[in-house]
Amino acid sequence: MTTPPPATLPHLQARGIERRFGSARVLRGVDLTVRAGQLHVIAGPNGAGKTTLLRILAGLSRPSAGTVQVFGHGLREHPEHRREMGLLSHQSLLYDDLTPLENLTFAARLYDLPDPETAARAGLERVGLAHRADDPVRRLSRGMIQRVAIARALLHQPRIMLFDEPFTGLDAPSAARVLEVLRGQLAAGAALLVVTHNLAEVWPIASWVSVLVGGRWVIDEPRPDDREAFLTRLHEALGD
Amino acid sequence: MTETLRLAVVLAAKDLRVERRSRTALVSAVVFAALVLVIFNFARDPATVTAKMLAPSVLWVTFTFASMLTFNRAFSLEKENAAIDGLLLSPMPRGALFLGKYLANLAFVGTVQAVTLPLFVLFFNVGLGQALGGLLLTIVLATIGFVAIGTVFSAMVVRTRFADLMLPMLLLPFLVPPVMGAVAVTTRLLSGRPLSEQMAWLRFLGVYDVVFLTICAMVFPAIFDE
Repeated sequence: MTTPPPATLPHLQARGIERRFGSARVLRGVDLTVRAGQLHVIAGPNGAGKTTLLRILAGLSRPSAGTVQVFGHGLREHPEHRREMGLLSHQSLLYDDLTPLENLTFAARLYDLPDPETAARAGLERVGLAHRADDPVRRLSRGMIQRVAIARALLHQPRIMLFDEPFTGLDAPSAARVLEVLRGQLAAGAALLVVTHNLAEVWPIASWVSVLVGGRWVIDEPRPDDREAFLTRLHEALGD
Repeated sequence: MTETLRLAVVLAAKDLRVERRSRTALVSAVVFAALVLVIFNFARDPATVTAKMLAPSVLWVTFTFASMLTFNRAFSLEKENAAIDGLLLSPMPRGALFLGKYLANLAFVGTVQAVTLPLFVLFFNVGLGQALGGLLLTIVLATIGFVAIGTVFSAMVVRTRFADLMLPMLLLPFLVPPVMGAVAVTTRLLSGRPLSEQMAWLRFLGVYDVVFLTICAMVFPAIFDE
């Protein structure tokens, strides 16, 4: 297990992140800090670089320039900090031929959780899918798969969570349940970074809002109280 | 090291479970092996080409190409739903990822060989008799190295557009030495020559295993270090 970090260190900090694919500059000097109990929302149009940024923050992709620190350490120098990260990406990271229970039990074993199957069942219970624990993933609906993916991302109780469009495919009750789960994680001191096109869903629990356009922040500020005024500025920034 | 081994076993067990459910790689590999043996058996003119002349080459060509079908599966199943990201995000060391995939591939290739060998005996009417022990040793020695290379190349090509095509192109040149050695030993063993005469080839296979297993274990982490 990793030693607890000093309380003052941000959970996640990125400085000057750049990413080039050939001659295309997808990210152009992005800075970001997420602390305990904060939910940082990232919005932006398609192709703005949001998913690329998320992959870099998760350590799945290497930036062309800049640094990412988790509790003050680089993931490459301190791979043990990968344990602190939970990622929900566009894809589920699940095996279609296995059941949700088997998928989560496998993930629990990867993270060396004490009782993998109990942890997996608890994870499914949390997202309201205990009754589908033994059906193969390929037989689940899109929304159910999204909930299993969320359960997988939260299974090892990471202190940093990176969520790419967490509400995609969810019906209203499921979205409300996931929002409750996120609230619980924040109350427990986790740091959340959520990429979304729909700000309304996370607005009540967000503490920081950033808008990425063309690989750089055009808005990066504490979440204002007046959402409507912010949305007007957002549309102006996006040129709508 | 204990943790690496634990994680490798967890990963290999998952791969075997997925394969047990889908039966994608094993069934296609075994069917392929059976077809090759049938075709070679009936394409041969028994009056001009005896079974013993052809059998060793056919056996190893069958093993090699059937194994490739299982190598393709090793990482393509991780591509599905980007499951590989889940592995790379976890605290699992890259060495454990290699070892886990290697163990799963060994199990798949071993299974294909275990099914193919009796079919080979049946179709080619080859009496293994005293050669069986030596042949099994040769199979083990030849398999250890080429599965390691197959594991590394299947990881390398999985993110390319033509993974199924790329794998044999990259892999086959590296498989020539162990297959050559294995065919040479098998030919002599089936001709009734003692295993003690084959020590040079067996040593060669052993050295090949040590060298390529080491290189593959060293190279593998760099494949995922984007």
